[in-house]
Amino acid sequence: MATDVLAAWRGAVKRYGAITALDGLDLEIHAGELVALLGVNGAGKTTALGLITGELAPDAGRVELFGGDPALPARRARLGVMLQEAELPETLKVGELVHLQTRYFDAPMAIDRTLALAGLESLGDRRYEQLSGGQKRRVQFALALAGDPALMLIDEPTTGLDVGARRQFWQVIRDLKARGVSIVLTTHYLEEADALADRIVVIGRGRVIAEGTPREIKSRASGRRISARSVLPLDRVRGFAHVAQASAIDGRIHLTSARVEDVLREWLAADDELADLTVEALSLEDAFVELTREPAP
Amino acid sequence: MTLRVHLWESYYELLKTLRQPAFVLPSLAFPVVFYTLFAVLLPGNWGSYQKATYLLATYGVFGVIGPALFGFGVGLALERQQGWLRLKRVSPMPVSAYFTAKIVMSLVFAVVIYGLLSLVGLVFGGVEIGLGPWLALGAVLLLGVLPFCALGLLIGSLVSGQAAVAIVNLVYLPMAVLSGLWIPLFIFPGFLQDLAVVWPAWHLAEMALGVVGQVEGVPMARHALVLLLMTALFLVLAALSWRR
Repeated sequence: MATDVLAAWRGAVKRYGAITALDGLDLEIHAGELVALLGVNGAGKTTALGLITGELAPDAGRVELFGGDPALPARRARLGVMLQEAELPETLKVGELVHLQTRYFDAPMAIDRTLALAGLESLGDRRYEQLSGGQKRRVQFALALAGDPALMLIDEPTTGLDVGARRQFWQVIRDLKARGVSIVLTTHYLEEADALADRIVVIGRGRVIAEGTPREIKSRASGRRISARSVLPLDRVRGFAHVAQASAIDGRIHLTSARVEDVLREWLAADDELADLTVEALSLEDAFVELTREPAP
Repeated sequence: MTLRVHLWESYYELLKTLRQPAFVLPSLAFPVVFYTLFAVLLPGNWGSYQKATYLLATYGVFGVIGPALFGFGVGLALERQQGWLRLKRVSPMPVSAYFTAKIVMSLVFAVVIYGLLSLVGLVFGGVEIGLGPWLALGAVLLLGVLPFCALGLLIGSLVSGQAAVAIVNLVYLPMAVLSGLWIPLFIFPGFLQDLAVVWPAWHLAEMALGVVGQVEGVPMARHALVLLLMTALFLVLAALSWRR
């Protein structure tokens, strides 16, 4: 059903001068979904979000938010946005900032509830300038929640948070998803995408280069990771047949390959002293590196 | 709904600003202290001019354009830089509410400053002014805030927060002096008096002096038209900078 699509990029192109940030992005966000946009810096993640909030206009293609043009303020009535970097007025109190935000919406969330969901219950009377970095991030999150959105866009939510705060944030995201809110988040942390997302969309050079469940993405970069202590120089190992990538870290050689058995046969034959051998499935990080690797010239 | 958003936005803009002593104190104190000094404390006979009334008009202009230039110029530059403005642009808030709030803030400061200057002038400075001209001066000052909101908008659109502070000061203080807001223009060398036509503050000061009868035969419509054109120019340039 068409109404199921909350947001869509259809062949969206965005250029900044000579640089093409988005090069025909095709993507749909459905109701109830948690989608992680993954990509290296400059891949086009933030530009993709900028189009869907109406902040940027596509140079070609179309962008739809709740079936219409996101440039119209009314179209954003069910959208909540948390930007990567946004400092709020220092002299206003947390409760005041949330209250002002709710004034923009016809059917906002109750302020107490917004504060509770963002973990700010006891901080409503505190001025923004008195908060710690993590608390400020939570206020920015509260503003994204204030309108009781059906769709939330969250740009790198946990950058700069410590591990505890990050886990806490994940729990809030899961709670929201359980309440039926669709969420799109961009992240550098593969672990984060793996832990939260129903669907991972890998963006590279302004296009979708892979999409699927975390499990599918992992299997996309087929093969395994082998690592061992070897007397052979790295270049020699890299030259074996069927080796995709090889690197030397802390005296161990790590490599990935789709044909583990062939590589092992060659390596064992060449190095009598091979030690500490491990073979494991590729992590999401390996898959990501594999998928976003620049094609050889 | 839309009107309510504009009102709330204005309320919080005021609240935010009133909690910044670094903005409130200079905005109120500079015009009032200077006016008290020049109009009340320093003796002087200006012949056909009534000194305290003359300076009420010019310090009125000086006072009301400050918050407009700083509120818009520095406020917008900072909020643009910090991402607060972006956050508003991706919300359903009509963009006009943001600008309305800054205009309202400038007007509220203008009312307070004009009130304080009037109080000093009437009680201590021997200002003799009828209710009609007093209200007329108030109206000129309030409407006169708008071109400077536009100028502030232009500065705030072009530069970063730190630079905006410097640039607004660089525009505000020389313009105030060269428009005769601190010391009457008629004691300046002729070429500086001729140069004054380029300053929006001079046009507003002429209108202010005209309505209180301190300068005879002021071509009100011409000054108003010049201010209107300057406002339009600032707005067009600001709009162009946003299109980048």
